[in-house]
Formats: sequence, C-alpha cells, structure tokens
Amino acid sequence: MKYIAGFFRFWYDFIVGDDWRIAAGVVTAIGLTALIAHRDIDAWWLMVFSVIAVLIGSVRRGAR
Amino acid sequence: MTRGVFLFLSAFLASGVEMVEALTIVLAVGVTRGWRSTLLGAGAAAVVLAGIVGVLGPAVSAVPLTSLRVLVGGLLLIFGLQWLRKAILRAGGYKPLHDEIASYDEARTQAQHAVHGARKSVDWYSFTVSFKGVFLEGLEVAFIVVTFGAAQRNGVRIAAEAAAAAFAIVLAVGAIVHAPLSRVPENTLKFTVGLLLTSFGTFWAGEGAGLRWPGDDASLVGILGLLLATSLLMVRLLRRRHGVAGLTADPSGARA
Repeated sequence: MKYIAGFFRFWYDFIVGDDWRIAAGVVTAIGLTALIAHRDIDAWWLMVFSVIAVLIGSVRRGAR
Repeated sequence: MTRGVFLFLSAFLASGVEMVEALTIVLAVGVTRGWRSTLLGAGAAAVVLAGIVGVLGPAVSAVPLTSLRVLVGGLLLIFGLQWLRKAILRAGGYKPLHDEIASYDEARTQAQHAVHGARKSVDWYSFTVSFKGVFLEGLEVAFIVVTFGAAQRNGVRIAAEAAAAAFAIVLAVGAIVHAPLSRVPENTLKFTVGLLLTSFGTFWAGEGAGLRWPGDDASLVGILGLLLATSLLMVRLLRRRHGVAGLTADPSGARA
C-alpha cells in the first residue's frame, strides 16, 4: 500500500507540481475552449487569454 | 517549418538545462567518491529512461491525434507554465537563483560524509545518488521528447536529435572543464524553455479542442510574443515591488 501511495505521489508531484491551480486552470481552459469551439464560434482568444490569466494568477500567489 | 524550428529549440534547451543539473550531481559524486559506481548509476538510469521512452512512445502514438493533442498540449502547458512561473519569480527576486556551484559543493559534502563501502565492489551511495540524479532530471526530457514526437509528424526524430545534440555538448563541456557548468545562464534558459513549452502547449491543446488558429502555424509566433511580453512585464513589476531600483527585465536575474 505504501509503495502504491508513493507511486501516485511521485507522478502527482512530477505532473502537477507545487501549484495545483495551474493544472486545474489548464484543464478548465481547454474544456471551455472545446465547448465554445464546437458551437462554431471563434475561440482562439479564449485559449490564449486563459493561459495568460493562469500564469499571472500563479505568479501573484508565488510572490505573496 | 516554424513548428520544426521551435520544436528543435524547445527540446534542445529543455534537455540542456536538465542535463547540466544531472552533470553537476554526477561530477560531485564522481570526483568525491570515485567514478566506477557513479558512472554505473548514471548508465543504469539512462537504460531505464530508454526503456520508458521505448514503452511510452508507441503507446502514445496509438492514441487518436485529436485526443493526443489535447493530452499532449495540456501536459506541455502544465510543464511550461511551471517552468515559466519559477523563472519569473527568480528573475523578479522572489525565489533564489539556482546556483550550480552551491549544488556541487552540497553534493560533495554529503558524499564525503556518507559511509564508504570500501570492501564492496560497488559503492551503493555513489550508484544511488548518480542514478537518482540522472533518472529524475532525464524523466522530464523523456516526457518532452515523447509528447513532442507524438503530436507532430517527424516530431520524435526532431526532438530526439535535439536531445542528443544537447547531451553531446553538455557531456563534452563537462569532460573538458571537469567542474560544474556555472556559467550557463540557467534562469534565462528556463525562462526560454518555459515560454516555448507554454506556446506549443497552447497551440496543440487549442487544436485538439477544435480551434482553428488564425494564420495556422504563424500563430505560434503570436502566442510566443504575447507570452514573452506578459512575462517580461511581470518580471519588471515584481522587481519594482521588491524595491530594487535600476534593474532591467533580463530574465537571467543579472542586475544592471
């Protein structure tokens, strides 16, 4: 059990890292973009500005 | 063409940065405790990494391209944003710059104080530290090579060539100077890699989500430019907030 928990902890740390909000923000941005793009609405701006918003939010939290 | 150049550059820089860090650990342990077990550990890590790439590569290639681009783009975005965030915080003075000399000295001190297994044929301390250093630093490179390769035609070849070129250069320089590569402007490289990974991630995740980018591949340059401008602005604002006057927005953290 300890090894399984360690295995998942390693991959969580490796992929998600020290700010889980980045991963959550990326998943949300992709989901919202897919939702809008599949209604034939031009949504490239949403993807770009969501990524920039995630970056700014994460840097602000890191600088507190 | 644009994608190919960006892809080579991203894989080359990302591999180079990680390899410099791995080399620092291997050099410190090798110089302090001897080379045989240290090189055995580094070699074993390289074999395990090759195995992971060998298994992951074909497995990832079997996934449909649209789903793959969402997955790969998302992963690259998460990695890229984390690299960029740390590089901005370092350049802004909110996080200490990574110091290869300090890392080297720390690893040497730890190696000197660890118990020597003189009678054993393999020094397990050297083997384990060297294995861990090469494996953990190399895993990120392996991930980048596999994901880049999977999302673009000839991607694996381009990314693997870039990683091999970085490996050859770092190894050659390490063998010549036999000391940590402290002159590498590490934060500038991490800043650049973060920008490139985030740009690729945004582009591929967007394509996978069903977007049509204006200008196709050329929009990569636009995404990169926007991210660069935002990042430099954040570095400038952080430095001003930190109360240090007379600084440029140079992401190396070098003071003007």
